Amino acid sequence: MTQNFRVKNGGLINRDKKLSFTFNGKSYFGFEGDTLASALLANGVHLVGRSFKYHRPRGFFGAGVDEPYAIVQLYRNGETEPNIKATEQELFDGLEAKSVNCWPSVNFDIGAVNNFLKIFLPAGFYYKTFMWPKSFWYRIYEPLIRKAAGLGVASTKHDKERYEHKYEYCDLLIAGSGPSGLASAYAAAKNGAKVILAEDKPRFGGTLLTSDVNISNLSGKDWSEAIISELKEMPNVLVKNRSQIFGYYDHNMLVMSEKVSDHLPKTKKYHPNKRLWYIRAKEVLISSGSIERPIVFGNNDTPGVMLSSAAKEYLKVYGVLVGKKPLVFTNNDSGYETAIEFKKNGVDPVVLDTRKNPNSEIIDEAIDLGIDIKFSYVVVAAQGYKKVKSADIASISDDKKKLGKLESFECDCICVSGFWTPTIHLASQSGNKTIFKEEIDAFVPGKSKQNETTLGAANGIFSLEETLKTSFEAGNELSKKITKTDKKISVPNVVEKKSSQHDKFWCVPLPKGKNYKRFLDFQNDVAVSDIEIALREGYRSIEHVKRYTTLGMATDQGKTSNLNGLQLVSEIENKVVPSVGHTTFRPPYTPVSIGAIVGREVGKHSKPTRKSPMHLWHEKNNAVFVDAGVWLRPRYYRIGNETLFEASKREAKNVRSNVGVCDVTTLGKIDVKGPDAVEFLNRVYTNAWLKLPVGKARYGVMLREDGIVMDDGTTTRISENHYHMTTTTAQAANVLSHLEYYLQLVWPELNVNVVSTTEQWAGAAIAGPKSRDLLQKLFPKIDVSNEGIPFMGFTEEDLFGVKARIFRISFSGELAYEVNVESDNGNFMWEKIIEKGQEFNIQPYGTEALSTLRIEMGHVAGSELDGRTIPYDNGLDGLLSKKKDFIGKRSLQREAFVSENRQRLVGVIPIDKKTSIPEGSHLVKDAKAPLPNPKLGHISASCWSVEYDNPFSLAILKDGKNMIGEKLFAMSPLKNKIIPVEIVSSHYVDPKGERVRS
Amino acid sequence: MLYINCPHCGMRSQNEFSYGGDASVKRPLLNKEVSDQEWDDFVYNRKSLRGKHLELWHHISGCRQWIKVERDTSTHEIFRTFKADEEVV
Repeated sequence: MTQNFRVKNGGLINRDKKLSFTFNGKSYFGFEGDTLASALLANGVHLVGRSFKYHRPRGFFGAGVDEPYAIVQLYRNGETEPNIKATEQELFDGLEAKSVNCWPSVNFDIGAVNNFLKIFLPAGFYYKTFMWPKSFWYRIYEPLIRKAAGLGVASTKHDKERYEHKYEYCDLLIAGSGPSGLASAYAAAKNGAKVILAEDKPRFGGTLLTSDVNISNLSGKDWSEAIISELKEMPNVLVKNRSQIFGYYDHNMLVMSEKVSDHLPKTKKYHPNKRLWYIRAKEVLISSGSIERPIVFGNNDTPGVMLSSAAKEYLKVYGVLVGKKPLVFTNNDSGYETAIEFKKNGVDPVVLDTRKNPNSEIIDEAIDLGIDIKFSYVVVAAQGYKKVKSADIASISDDKKKLGKLESFECDCICVSGFWTPTIHLASQSGNKTIFKEEIDAFVPGKSKQNETTLGAANGIFSLEETLKTSFEAGNELSKKITKTDKKISVPNVVEKKSSQHDKFWCVPLPKGKNYKRFLDFQNDVAVSDIEIALREGYRSIEHVKRYTTLGMATDQGKTSNLNGLQLVSEIENKVVPSVGHTTFRPPYTPVSIGAIVGREVGKHSKPTRKSPMHLWHEKNNAVFVDAGVWLRPRYYRIGNETLFEASKREAKNVRSNVGVCDVTTLGKIDVKGPDAVEFLNRVYTNAWLKLPVGKARYGVMLREDGIVMDDGTTTRISENHYHMTTTTAQAANVLSHLEYYLQLVWPELNVNVVSTTEQWAGAAIAGPKSRDLLQKLFPKIDVSNEGIPFMGFTEEDLFGVKARIFRISFSGELAYEVNVESDNGNFMWEKIIEKGQEFNIQPYGTEALSTLRIEMGHVAGSELDGRTIPYDNGLDGLLSKKKDFIGKRSLQREAFVSENRQRLVGVIPIDKKTSIPEGSHLVKDAKAPLPNPKLGHISASCWSVEYDNPFSLAILKDGKNMIGEKLFAMSPLKNKIIPVEIVSSHYVDPKGERVRS
Repeated sequence: MLYINCPHCGMRSQNEFSYGGDASVKRPLLNKEVSDQEWDDFVYNRKSLRGKHLELWHHISGCRQWIKVERDTSTHEIFRTFKADEEVV
């Protein structure tokens, strides 16, 4: 295909570099510097998609971020991304794109039958029609609607691209590099301020690239290039193109999405695809410009109808004619600029101006160039289905109510200008209450809410001279406050054409007997008639009208439709626009890739991974790991083809009969030091601590103020004023914050310091009847007898040249010791234990065996201390001191907590002694009782008892104390199981606790 | 994201802190007889204020100090911040 619509010269594209691409399977050529949109238009392709509801043909409407139509499915380097705006996608060699929302093809779309049914598909249609029968919604209606109305298709594959997050701080953040952005950045940079200038397009300069102006004897484009290159050289300035600031959040935090690689065929090695910037700015300058708004007329969604500014941009930037027989339809002077550009490129446009006799320099220039202009004329309707073929035009009366006789006018595109809407999104997001400016029929930012200042067209200033003057001033003033430097810059000399007043006309009336669709929202197919229906049905708030009709709710978020929608509502309601108000502007300003928001936090990077110093040993010895909070812990060590069940049983059995070793590094460890340390522990724990001697450990339970158990663990008195506290793996961080809370806020008079030492110590639990023999081998010189290291004893000894702490504590219920060494020596300790343990048949054991051992001993853990239980429930009421006060004690007097039949920890055995009981099963009296079957308790943990070789579970059961010996049912509707069970004591193995003391 | 002036560290982003609730709540003294109502007010009952609120934040990824922050709950404006032991007047 040849580029028939490319003009011979001009544009900012690189004509020396030809790029090939395909659209809907067909090959085309474009140039470097094109967008997908400009390249398609250069090839005369105007049909790119189908609309959301009626599947009407869709072309191009804009040339950038405001584009409502031209969204495509993009294919790049084996990946696919839906809903990409063709007007924003830069062309690269080998680009592939397809239309979205059409089937089987964009030229023949079956869904277009909706177009003929549109009388049945008005506003609120889905809400009204698909309500009955209710059961049909999920099975029939929703799947059908989804299929018909889909936009692009998200990839189901893992995204290979990388996305990064970056945090940045600056004095001035400037959003948009048009005249106001450049001027303010320049002035601030000269004052030495740290400036970030962000531009969403690949090229800097904004409207300076397309307008016919002169600054300091340079064209707008040359002036902007000079400024940008100077800014780029300054060390205090960061200029970023392809970077959209899409959100203004609290305390001047703005978020920017930088497209690092989308313009390349393939992301470069070590580069991210996109980078998300969190920028905290002292001052924010919003120079986001304005977006042209359409005039509403019949069939105004026909491909070939587009914004006049877009037509001009395609010509000036890309050297592309959007048509060869253009009709320009305008209510202000901007349309003339487009007409003049056409004329300069040898194409004769016709201008329809809604105004009667406007007068300005630019109109004079158009007249001098011999451009055909019809005043007091309007486009009534576009004709043509897949492309504009002609326009029905007519004269219009001075009161804009009556149309003259319809005339058919042959044309291939209609360039519309309904004046300009300032882009106030960022200001509004900042919390700025916008005000309606009558002269421009649009909202502008009001008083600054945060540190935002809006400049230029975004602030409703459309003269270049005024824009530059105010922007240089703002940049200078705001930076001066921060840097205390004042380098005044003289405002350059500006030559621009003065404009005349625009016409407040925005919607062409329907001619008698005609019922053209006049669209407001082009992506969601919301027409004038839909808004009328919504208002007739009683919707008044603009927020409700928006949601009922979906006006402005498509991926373009109503950038071209909002204001016309408001005009319509205010006209029907006979109110002025400001009293109707506008809907809330919320971030993001433009769609942002989920990948960019997620950043690097995917897969195993979604949270940090903590590993013990013995991790490599575990890996080498076939450990299968499990997530324990952010820690990775060996769940079991697989031998041969063992299953989890077989391996954990073997490991647990070996602990009961020989000796096992378990990595307990993950336990939380907190050093508690200071003269008041013991008093503090006495308040934190429920039991008494004042008499704990040096060299002894004690088990303790701590509560929250509401009486619920927070955590448990042992604390050892290392020396006079030094205690070593251990917490569960899961609660380590919470316990530290809890302790800090009381020390800093509640009892600051206590002289105590706490610090986490979790990472300082590696820990190994040696458990089993032969653990004492093993300990002797590890510490040949010490007395390991029951007298030497008694139960709950502590001592510091030498482990083959390494300082070690020995605690005689047990979680498994066996004779056991916990050895701690400094983390760097963890692996040395572990290997020594394994080496010296060989003669006692030592085996490492994982968390699964650990659970088995503690469950059959009736020791509680996280599944019982689940944030809903008090000490009594867990059989820990013996640890509640009656002689002292402690955190949460007063709550234990609450009525529910002292009730007679309070829930309590029990053991549960299946009557058949074979069927394992799923964790979470409910205990009920009668398995056949009608639902909801009254729940008496739940199974908190289950294991296969290695001591008795049958299943055993722990449960929290109502009135558990008096239920021992009762027969109940364990029900698990999830697993579809009903198991007859017997309630037994939770202390299933060694109920007197003789082994730990042996 | 809020920007909080930690009295120990200076201006830091919200993601370094965790929220700790109403700072005006005083724990009843230890060993003191307290009525159910008094205790409930300490443990559970909180005002859901619109406007100026004195609250606790814990600089959990910073200096690990609990601080007091005077913040408007509807606008997020932060007026003043205090160290844990500073009296707020």
